[in-house]
Amino acid sequence: MPLFEFLRRQPKTARVAKERLQIILAHERAHRNAPDFLPTLQQEILKVVEKYFPIEPETVKVNLERHATYARLELNIALPLQAATG
Amino acid sequence: MSKVIVVTSGKGGVGKTTTSASFAAGLAKRGHKTAVIDFDIGLRNLDLIMGCERRVVYDFINVINGDATLNQALIRDKRVDNLLVLPASQTRDKDALTLEGVGKVLHELEHDFHCEYIICDSPAGIEKGAFLALYFADEAIVVTNPEVSSVRDADRILGILSSKSRRAVEGLDPVREHLLVARYDARRVVGGEMLGLDDIKGILGIPILGVVPESPAVLQSSNIGTPIVLDGGDPAAVAYNDMVDRYLGQDRPLRFLEPEKKGLLKRLFGS
Repeated sequence: MPLFEFLRRQPKTARVAKERLQIILAHERAHRNAPDFLPTLQQEILKVVEKYFPIEPETVKVNLERHATYARLELNIALPLQAATG
Repeated sequence: MSKVIVVTSGKGGVGKTTTSASFAAGLAKRGHKTAVIDFDIGLRNLDLIMGCERRVVYDFINVINGDATLNQALIRDKRVDNLLVLPASQTRDKDALTLEGVGKVLHELEHDFHCEYIICDSPAGIEKGAFLALYFADEAIVVTNPEVSSVRDADRILGILSSKSRRAVEGLDPVREHLLVARYDARRVVGGEMLGLDDIKGILGIPILGVVPESPAVLQSSNIGTPIVLDGGDPAAVAYNDMVDRYLGQDRPLRFLEPEKKGLLKRLFGS
């Protein structure tokens, strides 16, 4: 009933929609331009490093950052404590 | 030189074909020679919206395969001069559409038919048909609704335009992007239950070409096969006419962003 519509409290769902979109799109844009070979590269690096250190697959992080005039390939491998000291 | 403009969205059902039909008819009505191509191979629908479904003899794929000439396949609109429609094929073979074939048809529309504008009505999704519809584009009209999934998909399509289009691949000036928000309901925006234009603009970050209000007339014009832009004074028709004028460089402030003022009776008893 339109007559009593003002009595019903309207939740402001549009604001929730906006915030959810901002978060998910920021995440998706960051990964959008990653080339298709990155997962393969990650696998191959993992194999090489595994020959020398016992590591878990998820400890290898490969990231490609694009800047205006150059791109930076970042490798981040967390080694177990004994491997690094031994 | 003709301008190739893709009408795209990612998500289905947001108003791509409605927009393609009205934008093309609006340009042609203003004296610009315009062709509109249905890229939705297997799910031909632009012909229905344009009201020329019974005049389809040959289609886009027939032309690409050399079974018909482009001149045989193009349908000349009976209401508006300067308007050509190239229907999609109903074949289930999606690979029938090729990059070379599409390029050849666009080249012919430009050089033999002297089209000023070529509107590519993209299928939904990000598969081959959608990719080929946007590949040759100089400009893109990204259609979205004030709703989370279509805004997200619009963002995805913007990413594809900036990385996979011919202009991106060949390092030319980027595809010029325009946003069209369809099915806008100002009353619900004011009530806080629908994303507003500023929210959408802020999230997608591309210039607004038009805002089309939710209107029952859009369904009705599709029932009779007349692009809504040719349908007189309905708010959606006004919004599409504004959009065409704005595209052609005229100053047309956005309308239908405020709820219609309702009289006391309407407010009490509903519309």
